[in-house]
Amino acid sequence: MSASHDPVDPAHHGHGHGSRRGYWIGTLLAIVLTVLPFWLVMGNVLRDPQVTAILIVAMALVQIVVHVVSFLHLDTRSEGGWTLLAFLFTVVVVFILIGGSVWIMFHLNTNMMPMSGTGAAMG
Amino acid sequence: MPASRCRQVREMSTQGHSAATTIADRDTWHLAEEDDHGHDHGGGATYIGFWIYLMSDALIFASLFAMFGVVSTSYAGGPAPREIFELPLVALNTALLLASSITFGEAMPHMEAGRVGPTRIWLALTGLLGAAFVCVELYEFSNLIAEGAGPQRSAFLSAFFALVGTHGAHVTVGLIWIVVSLVQMSRHGLSEDMKRRVMCLSMFWHFLDIIWIGVFTFVYLWGVLR
Repeated sequence: MSASHDPVDPAHHGHGHGSRRGYWIGTLLAIVLTVLPFWLVMGNVLRDPQVTAILIVAMALVQIVVHVVSFLHLDTRSEGGWTLLAFLFTVVVVFILIGGSVWIMFHLNTNMMPMSGTGAAMG
Repeated sequence: MPASRCRQVREMSTQGHSAATTIADRDTWHLAEEDDHGHDHGGGATYIGFWIYLMSDALIFASLFAMFGVVSTSYAGGPAPREIFELPLVALNTALLLASSITFGEAMPHMEAGRVGPTRIWLALTGLLGAAFVCVELYEFSNLIAEGAGPQRSAFLSAFFALVGTHGAHVTVGLIWIVVSLVQMSRHGLSEDMKRRVMCLSMFWHFLDIIWIGVFTFVYLWGVLR
């Protein structure tokens, strides 16, 4: 997106070079951030599931940002910032949707537990 | 009273008219800009439109992830993730999809420079890696179903098949799109229209790789940790 949207440089030369370097840095980071979580979980390196879980989720979030920036070429300039705005809006909705659902249903399950237990005992 | 009312109405209609003119002007201005873009870069409003599509697709996956998160421990006496997920297979799949994202990235500079041959080779390589990904996923699914861990076994497995299956269906559509692009490129070369289409295809493909990051982290790795 960015390479083809630089109005100052229709031939793409300078910009293309810069985005190529960004692409390679992104590729290296993506490989590292993919290999590390698999290594942590498959090798049981930390022997602590909770710390491992926090680490792999953190790495996933970082890797998503890396992919969006270096592969989807999201920046503040393309389309006058509208792609960034749409992306940020989506991120907010995604967090509300996933976080909210899990949060609410977790509490619902916790509060329903004794009742369903009694029901099962009575049934 | 009627006269003033009449004037009011006329004023309102004038206002309405001027508002409509403004909107029309804005549209024209926008269309003109789009034309400009079309000549210079072969893009225009397509990219922002396709971007909005990708964002709405992300919301579909977000609801599937939310559903999976809610029922991810509802095994109904069936198998738990630790018993059925084979991480080496998932690692292979992840590597295939990431590699296909990288090969697509390799195709892009060739495409922008208008070199049809290398673009087609890298795109074909991307397609092969994507096809391998779908094959491994189908193999995994058939194994699970054969073990009795099909989508009807528990809420966890229903959500798993819905989420991973929807991603796999997207990749399959991407594969069809790649084949169509390869055929079109062999017939028409790399026109501005063609470049725009391949650009959208690359966004679609990279987007699917991003969704897969969520799948392998939250479904497979997290599931095995639990």
